[in-house]
Amino acid sequence: MNLDRRQFLVEGTAFLLLTGAATRAWPFIEQGRPQDAPGYDFSQHWWAMFIDIEKCIGCGRCVDACKVENNVPPEAYFSRTWVERYIIPPIDPEDPMAEILPIVDSPNAGRDGFPPKPTVDGSKSFFVPKMCNHCADSPCTQVCPVGATFRGPDGVVLVDKTYCLGCRYCVQACPYGCRFIDPRTNTADKCTLCYHRITKGLTTACCEVCPTEARVLGDLRNPDDPIHQLLREHKVHVLKPDLATGAKLYYNGLDGAVR
Amino acid sequence: MAQVLSDAKHLVRLALLFLAGFLLFLVIRAFFVPPGFGEFGHFRTGTLQDVRNNTPLHFGGRASCGEADCHEDVTAALATDSHARVGCESCHGALAAHAADPEIAKAATLDELDLCSRCHALNPARPEGYTQQVDIEPHRDGAACSECHDAHEPSS
Repeated sequence: MNLDRRQFLVEGTAFLLLTGAATRAWPFIEQGRPQDAPGYDFSQHWWAMFIDIEKCIGCGRCVDACKVENNVPPEAYFSRTWVERYIIPPIDPEDPMAEILPIVDSPNAGRDGFPPKPTVDGSKSFFVPKMCNHCADSPCTQVCPVGATFRGPDGVVLVDKTYCLGCRYCVQACPYGCRFIDPRTNTADKCTLCYHRITKGLTTACCEVCPTEARVLGDLRNPDDPIHQLLREHKVHVLKPDLATGAKLYYNGLDGAVR
Repeated sequence: MAQVLSDAKHLVRLALLFLAGFLLFLVIRAFFVPPGFGEFGHFRTGTLQDVRNNTPLHFGGRASCGEADCHEDVTAALATDSHARVGCESCHGALAAHAADPEIAKAATLDELDLCSRCHALNPARPEGYTQQVDIEPHRDGAACSECHDAHEPSS
């Protein structure tokens, strides 16, 4: 190994000042970008989803498809995606100051659809599909003590099952309740945004089966992706923007009562 | 001065001890930090490939149904009708295995009353304008949905 004085100083200083991992990353940082994964360049994608509440008919096919596609345990509380029904009673003209309490239900995570439920006259009701928001600055990845969960360079939050300890910090940290501990492996589990599908040019299982296109997967780094038009033509909102999580599920028609 | 130098020997020993401890830390660290960790962030880069490659595909996608000599007649009829946006696997279930080998993996039989009701039963929470909603029981009057309707060509 032949080093001139300058090279020796640069690399020696980098070694002394950076951790081992950062030393290995240094050449890539200097080049300005991560290299390609074979067949899929994760530096060229930034995944997000557009969810149109005004189109969701509560059929629950997405929940079923997710369970099947990703081999998720069948119980409702182990769900990578689920659908909630909100029923919001009207403001009482006799007592307009009274607090309005929405009624939220999700029978079997919405997998079997929603039987009609008696409501107070004048209530409004709608369905809200929920899943991991694949936050750009996710609280769940920040609390992991072993670096087993992370937001990848393509914007997908994943779990490294071989290093997850099952400590449940991330389950607590997720403000959207999107994580659970898989009872079979005792490791954290969550929506992968069907990473095995989207990296092969397919859409997610939930988007594939959605009969009304209420869910649309989009790649924000692709200028030709229809999601750009959807975001332009709708007034969208994300869940809990006050938490600055950088959530990437863009909801159209999101009511303020939805948490 | 001589006193100071002889005392400094202790410091040298201490420094050597620290150095040995630091080297031991580096050796242990090299064993425990998995390969590829930290390349693109605080995670093992191989996880991306693991998740990508180790999850089998169950839903083939609607494009896999309409290939020549398969169900191109159905997909063609569907494309011009009001169910055009409904994916095949939305009703028929996950069929990637069937698309790969039509002989061994037959499509599951459908519970059509359940499937149709999921979208078309009257429900106050359902938005209007995306599906035609009917009060299922009086509407069907004991008949099966497919006796009157063809889900592949609902408008005909």
